[in-house]
Amino acid sequence: MASVNDVVIKIATVNGTGSASANGLLRKAIFRMGVPVVGKNYFPSNIQGLPTWYEIRVTGKNYHCRSDRVDFMVAMNAQTYAHDLAEVEPGGCFIYDSTWPRSSLLNREDITIIGIPLSKMCNEHFEGARARILMKNIAYVGAIAALLDVDLDIIKGLLEETFAEKQHLIASNMEAIHIGFDHTRENFPCPLPARVEKMDATKGHIVIDGNTAAGLGCMYAGATVGAWYPITPSTSLMDAFRMFCARYRVEPETGKRTYAIIQAEDELAAIGMVLGASWMGARSFTPTSGPGISLMSEFIGFAYYAEIPAVLYNVQRTGPSTGMPTRTQQCDLLSCAYASHGDTKHVLLFPSDPAECFYMSPQAFDLAERLQTPVMVLTDLDIGMNDWMVPELDWDDSYVPDRGKVYSAEDLEEMENFYRYLDVDGDGIPYRTLPGVHPKGAYFTRGSGHTKLGAYTENSADYKEVIDRLLVKWDTARTLVPEAEIRYSKLNKAAILTLGSGDGACKEALDRLENHGVVLNYCRVKAFPFTADVGEFIDQHDVVYVVEQNRDAQLRSLLINDIEADQRKLVSVLHYDGMPINAGSVVDGVLAEIAKGRAA
Amino acid sequence: MAYLPKLPKGAQPDRDYEVTYIAKPKISHPSLPQNDLGLTTRDYEGAVSTLCAGCGHDSVTAALIQAVFELSVEPHMLAKMSGIGCSSKTPAYFVSQAHGFNSVHGRMPSVTTGANTANRDMTYIGVSGDGDSLSIGVGQFVHAIRRNLNMCYLIENNGVYGLTKGQFSASADIGSKPKKGLPNQQEPIDPASTALALGATYIARSFSGDKEQLVPLIKGAIMHSGFSLVDVISPCVTFNDHEGSTKSYAHTREFYHHVANIDYVTPSEEITASYKEGDAMPVHLRGGDTIVLRKLDRDYDPTSRADAFKFLRDRFNAGEIVTGLLYVNEERAEMHELMGNTDIPLSQLPYDGLHPGSAELRKLQGRYR
Repeated sequence: MASVNDVVIKIATVNGTGSASANGLLRKAIFRMGVPVVGKNYFPSNIQGLPTWYEIRVTGKNYHCRSDRVDFMVAMNAQTYAHDLAEVEPGGCFIYDSTWPRSSLLNREDITIIGIPLSKMCNEHFEGARARILMKNIAYVGAIAALLDVDLDIIKGLLEETFAEKQHLIASNMEAIHIGFDHTRENFPCPLPARVEKMDATKGHIVIDGNTAAGLGCMYAGATVGAWYPITPSTSLMDAFRMFCARYRVEPETGKRTYAIIQAEDELAAIGMVLGASWMGARSFTPTSGPGISLMSEFIGFAYYAEIPAVLYNVQRTGPSTGMPTRTQQCDLLSCAYASHGDTKHVLLFPSDPAECFYMSPQAFDLAERLQTPVMVLTDLDIGMNDWMVPELDWDDSYVPDRGKVYSAEDLEEMENFYRYLDVDGDGIPYRTLPGVHPKGAYFTRGSGHTKLGAYTENSADYKEVIDRLLVKWDTARTLVPEAEIRYSKLNKAAILTLGSGDGACKEALDRLENHGVVLNYCRVKAFPFTADVGEFIDQHDVVYVVEQNRDAQLRSLLINDIEADQRKLVSVLHYDGMPINAGSVVDGVLAEIAKGRAA
Repeated sequence: MAYLPKLPKGAQPDRDYEVTYIAKPKISHPSLPQNDLGLTTRDYEGAVSTLCAGCGHDSVTAALIQAVFELSVEPHMLAKMSGIGCSSKTPAYFVSQAHGFNSVHGRMPSVTTGANTANRDMTYIGVSGDGDSLSIGVGQFVHAIRRNLNMCYLIENNGVYGLTKGQFSASADIGSKPKKGLPNQQEPIDPASTALALGATYIARSFSGDKEQLVPLIKGAIMHSGFSLVDVISPCVTFNDHEGSTKSYAHTREFYHHVANIDYVTPSEEITASYKEGDAMPVHLRGGDTIVLRKLDRDYDPTSRADAFKFLRDRFNAGEIVTGLLYVNEERAEMHELMGNTDIPLSQLPYDGLHPGSAELRKLQGRYR
């Protein structure tokens, strides 16, 4: 049931009608009232004319995932009225544009139905089709503001910031707000019992999407070459990098750029460009999604074997194949962990929200260069394209990039010979050189069999020596990647283990399960290979519910494969319908397993 | 078993120990000519070739060595790029003190694009084949041209796949006979006219058997600022050098039509020669150097894209192999200029200038509050 500062508003519109800015205005206004919010986009793989939804979860308790319910439906799309109507929680509210009567559809007794003639009023106040459509969106924000008691001064302040350069738009937008607001106030009891009330819970926070945060992270990490092929839902990551670089990476005196973004002809080329740039010593990255990883796989294996750093972002979407490009999943864990033919395995990072997308970016570059191997940051559409409230991002000005083991010209000058693949330090990581630095640093980079000296080989022992040394490096990687987030109490013999965007849903589920008398420990893995604490955590429990967003329990497979976790203990709770995971599905999944007797 | 051969000081495993670990004898005759760096051609050599005896590719390698020697390219400032195939093995056989990158099949252009983007100070030579560039890698070949990537792109073109034993490639001519099986019936892809259609800014074709023509064309390709294609007919002695093949030594020699060549003029050399109209003309390269174009066919104008295209098609239809400098355009900017990149290689920018710091981070987050 909705209550004060615990309301879910869902706005149904048609894509391409400019509703995003109206929805953003409403979400921001609530955030500025000091109340935590979650913003989710549910959109079609289409440019214009298909149904799209934006969901604002007002969550005084500061939960981070999608809600299980809709309290407040703003049905602006006649195409989806029936669907939208059915989705409203009993006791909830359904707002529609009553310019045209649609009473036959509106036949639910258990909710409040509010018809507002938005189109009619906007047509009377504004000229031109485009303005009328846009202002209708702003007008429904006014209506919601009235019903939920959202502060109009805050809305006005936001409009003043947005249209600082276009003063006349402030007045017209406020006019539209008042059209919705005043009409609603005059005709319906306002505010509703379930409403928004000022809090002080958003200070020191921002609302940002993961792709923007990751793009910002790449800029701060000192990335200079980004190569990519556009693919939903990763595209906005490069857009963000471009935006920040345009602002901070142009030499003031010359107007020249200290970054390069190459839109490749396909993903095969994008990763090839990243490897070429990394080989030359630039910090280079590519954002993509599952189909892109499939295409990049051959080169990923090359980079693993030739030992070239590379940073990849996989903003996962629903597979297999084209799947549902605008829906979310964690379905590429296995295809990334073992991308490419032959014996390969790759370092993966699993950010859980946009803040970690930012912080894990310099970390990914550091690991890639330290380990001389591809590092993949696995986010998903939910993290990448939705609006998350996170603590303000912070930067440590003393940060120095870890460029790994690279011989300088001075080092090489003093050396007799340089051998590319010698394990000098015993950690499985050889020294590399950068082209153009010193004649002695020259070597031949290849994906074919090579000796530890860097020469071509078809000799079994020489081949094996290098491929076995890569396992030593893998063990080193395990000690360098971030440890898991763990909440542990000896009292509990059962736990939830998850990764990435499962974090918010699982933490909320832990609270709810406590109400059912089920108290669980918690572990969120942040990287692959799994750090030692993950194995210890599993060992300390009788049952571990592995919560992940794919059909085939890929995280569970990785745990069994990488650290030989006891598979009898690992009970899967899976969510893979393409919608962001919510607490309800975790609670239901765990309770169902307990009912089956798979409890501690 | 630990196996660590003792190499001479400064030696690289690949230079002297390719495959067999048997050192290539390194004897320099004191009278060998030296270039501006004081190096001889021996300093530009690589490992012993493992290609078939008489392979055209080895002649191309020799021409490449001669070209970079004459241009006094610093060995470690040279990047040798390749994909997969017989041709792509050759970077191991020249300039062992250069950095080599033997990538995956058909993907050399993308690696070179990234490398060049990161470090514009290096000289990039890509060696590819007709399979690597015209079949599996045709997409990357096309897009490197579109970007006007500053590199010398050699195609060692023999019409067949060698390592997989003699299948036709996409450059095989209609009617060309394989050693076994039926003649090719599909339209060939001609890299030169393809590059011309795509807007490549330097296009040459030559023959591995004509070093005199090939060396200056490679030198011009290296000096040219932008994408340079050198399509070299390089016969495969094992699978495509028989009667009925259109990529054999005999066939190439018989139908060779040499239209234009170039001389490279060092910046220090005053251009004093007067050029007779129609015979020779200076072409000023964007980098500041000059090449002199020598026309051997009066009907041919290598600065006109439309004429070049028509000429190539007409001669092709007549069964001739047009060689020489086919097209040159010094008007179009290369990739870095088009992108507006800083003059300092991106890979060498100090980190301090690459991020605006914590205070600015706090400020820029205003829009997310």
